[in-house]
Amino acid sequence: MTGPHAAYILAAYVVTAVVIAAMIARAVAGYRQRRRRIHELEAQGVRRRSQRG
Amino acid sequence: MDRMEQAAPRTVSFWDYANPNRFLSMAGPVIMVLGALSVVLFALGLWMAFNAPEDYQQGATVLIMFIHVPASWLAMMCYSLMSLSAIGYLVWRHPLADVSLRAGAPLGAAFTLLALVTGSLWGKPMWGAWWVWDARLTSVLVLFLIYLGIIALARAVEDPATAARSLAIVTLVGFVNIPIVKFSVDWWNTLHQPASVSRFARPAMDTAFLYPLLVMALGYTVLFLTLHLMGMRNEILDRRIRSLAMSKAGKSTEGAG
Repeated sequence: MTGPHAAYILAAYVVTAVVIAAMIARAVAGYRQRRRRIHELEAQGVRRRSQRG
Repeated sequence: MDRMEQAAPRTVSFWDYANPNRFLSMAGPVIMVLGALSVVLFALGLWMAFNAPEDYQQGATVLIMFIHVPASWLAMMCYSLMSLSAIGYLVWRHPLADVSLRAGAPLGAAFTLLALVTGSLWGKPMWGAWWVWDARLTSVLVLFLIYLGIIALARAVEDPATAARSLAIVTLVGFVNIPIVKFSVDWWNTLHQPASVSRFARPAMDTAFLYPLLVMALGYTVLFLTLHLMGMRNEILDRRIRSLAMSKAGKSTEGAG
């Protein structure tokens, strides 16, 4: 990856890697955060209407 | 009774997959498999791309094609999937259709942004300009703005059920831009090159470039499907949290009364 346009090529790959990593991190972190919130609410004895006996 | 149960074996219908609980139980293993597959495809695609020869006109900048073109395809494919989801919601009220539409919008915006930025980084050394207001580039910019509008609308209304209809209608109206993006290079004189892979005739590209491009495109597509499933799962959990929070608020009100 040498040559006069190496900076453009490198920049394109770096931007792509950063955006893809951000999308993955957002999805994974969002899932963990939501699971934690649900556990907190359920630990407080809160149940959805459909779960109530 | 027993005889009836034996006589009528239950068939799995389209609606069985509409159950969010069933979706959640199936999503985990499918996400794992698709995630692993996308890693393999990306590794193979990048290896093939970096071992491809330099283009006789573009030199090494042809390497940008392997990440720019799949991002552009995904930008359009994601919007098409969102439009199908909008139809699924408006016509059949499919419970996962609105979830799918909402989960797709940030991904579509990200892939469109990648198409714009990598295109600009390819355009500067090849055209001598970061940006030109030609039909292809402008219509892709409009697509990006439509994605942002859909995300803003989805966040503006707190109750997802209230926003679902408006989101579906806006998404379908925005679909008019997709054929404009696709055929802009045929309908108008543009600086952007015409289609060279998705042609009915033989693709106007040497196999040395075509094969890595197709593997990368497959990798992008599987990555998109993985992230879309993850987004849908998060969206369903959001609704569950909202339901739990409302139950909690209801209990507090009952206690106070």
